[in-house]
Amino acid sequence: MSLQVSDLQTYFYVREGVVKAVDGVSFEMKKGETMGIVGESGCGKSVTALSILRLVADPGRIVGGKIVFEGEDLLRKTDDEMRKIRGGRIAMIFQNPATSLNPVFTVGFQIGEAIGLHQNLPESQVPEKAVEMLKVVGIPEPRKRAGEYPHVFSGGMRQRAMIAMSLSCNPSLLIADEPTTALDVTIQAQILELMKELRNSFGASILLITHDIGLVAELAEKVAVMYSGHIVENASTEALFENPCHPYTQGLIASIPKPDVDVERLATIPGVVPDALNPPTGCHFHPRCPKAMDICKKEDPRTREVEAGHTVSCFLFGDA
Amino acid sequence: MSEKLVEVRKLRKHFLLKSGVFGTTGIVHAVDDIDFDISTGETLGLVGESGCGKTTTGLMATGLLPPTSGNILIAGTDLWTLNAAERRRLTTRVQMVFQDPYGSLDPRMTVGDLVGEPLLVHKIADRNERSDLVKKMLDRVGLSAEHYKRYPHEFSGGQAQRIGIARALILNPKFVVADEPVSALDVSVRAQILNLLRGLQQDLQLTYLFITHDLSVVRHMSDRIAVMYLGRIVEVAEKRDLFDSPKHPYTQALVLAVPIPDPKRAKERKRKVLFGDVASPVNPPPGCRFHTRCPLADEYCKNNEPPLVEVGSKHLVACHRVG
Repeated sequence: MSLQVSDLQTYFYVREGVVKAVDGVSFEMKKGETMGIVGESGCGKSVTALSILRLVADPGRIVGGKIVFEGEDLLRKTDDEMRKIRGGRIAMIFQNPATSLNPVFTVGFQIGEAIGLHQNLPESQVPEKAVEMLKVVGIPEPRKRAGEYPHVFSGGMRQRAMIAMSLSCNPSLLIADEPTTALDVTIQAQILELMKELRNSFGASILLITHDIGLVAELAEKVAVMYSGHIVENASTEALFENPCHPYTQGLIASIPKPDVDVERLATIPGVVPDALNPPTGCHFHPRCPKAMDICKKEDPRTREVEAGHTVSCFLFGDA
Repeated sequence: MSEKLVEVRKLRKHFLLKSGVFGTTGIVHAVDDIDFDISTGETLGLVGESGCGKTTTGLMATGLLPPTSGNILIAGTDLWTLNAAERRRLTTRVQMVFQDPYGSLDPRMTVGDLVGEPLLVHKIADRNERSDLVKKMLDRVGLSAEHYKRYPHEFSGGQAQRIGIARALILNPKFVVADEPVSALDVSVRAQILNLLRGLQQDLQLTYLFITHDLSVVRHMSDRIAVMYLGRIVEVAEKRDLFDSPKHPYTQALVLAVPIPDPKRAKERKRKVLFGDVASPVNPPPGCRFHTRCPLADEYCKNNEPPLVEVGSKHLVACHRVG
């Protein structure tokens, strides 16, 4: 599996103007990697994920860039071709398990639906495979559960069912959008450990979208930090925490209370996330940046490599 | 030794689940016989996952929800033995900050009206004095007088929460219950609001009950922390003790479940993953409520509720297998 996203632009044409939700995003993933995209609300991370699967709905449109998956540009595929890819070669888990399962079909049926669409199994064998998948994700009494409806499942169980559905067709890439945000912390821990086990046994690459930097530290080898439609920093997880270069990344890491360290006052990033309709000129982060210079207000910073595999979009690192 | 501002004794809240027109199918044991104290100037963190009863506890402590039984004493006076008028007067000393910054503000009232309403309700100050007090409070919480005439929808989540905090503090309460005050806010804004709450506590000598499911946040804000599970308190300790040496199996799992935002430390940490889901607070299991998920549970645990006992300095645990 390989994924190259180049200069992706996804814009939303709303009555008040144009929201450039994703504005020139580029990144790569290799086989077996787990990559995180981290950022706050409105930064464009979910829209990036939806763009890869061409699930962006009106008034949103992908207006530029390339998404090359295993050598093929997904932006050039027909609807039929994308339907074969979705759920099959690329699968997605969504944030709120309560609303991503159809309430009027049993869980077993929904998992079987995915299998039926993408695998070459005779119809009679599909229900058995669905039960097997429920077992794989650790749901007790899987045969009984397969015949039940989503509303009797707890949040953790629903998310497991979603993971079962997404892995049932052996995708090369699994996109997980805030997979544990709606779950309690001890259930989150279960799901995290499950995802770690499964990515080893299924060999899937995972693109993890989240606002929780702790999750990224646990699960991902690489991470991209997004702010207002752009990737501002991209590095291995270790490098990002050891040597955060972009002032936003530094601010973000410093402002999070750590579960095992005590401080008197938390560092803060002053101001608020910019207005999506009218972002600041030049570097979108400049109004909140402690190190902003004149050029930051006027021009878009280009992406520079600061060490092997570690890039930043900031005038502090050249071109100023 | 600081005196106790808040004393909670054998507090209980049960909800009846009705079926049909006349039947009752079960009782939700939301809060079951809990005790705790909060000293003046202290922050007690109340932590637990969804359904543990922490919000219900907070609502009872502020006078917003009557308990099924038990006592809540504020500065020695039992909140619920008072009549409604007396209770309303006492609760000017107790205020609440809510989780949803927009949901807790009437969208058709201006900021000035919202923050000033408590003064109006309790007939404190005339119109001009009210306006002054409100403007001073807006300034204190990091907003400005020019926000006075604006409406909640014009503000960001963090600012809206500041409005909620201003409204909670306008009556000069001594005790503030904060229920998940930053959970709905973006990560970079949380730090601002947490710092604000800490600063206000020092300036105004406030006592906090800080309710949250987020362990990192509760660690940062609290002096002592109480852990709830299915309506019971399972452990209470000073912050460092709770995180350095949690005694109850549930607390241990909780503390170890939190993702650490540092890949090196995350790798070093060994997790204890609990099996199963949280049991239902409707007709909870007999004995220790945690026994269905506890790696240490034995026959005795399944049939006997453990009492909360002291195992160290200010460290209490409810577990048969500890101490």
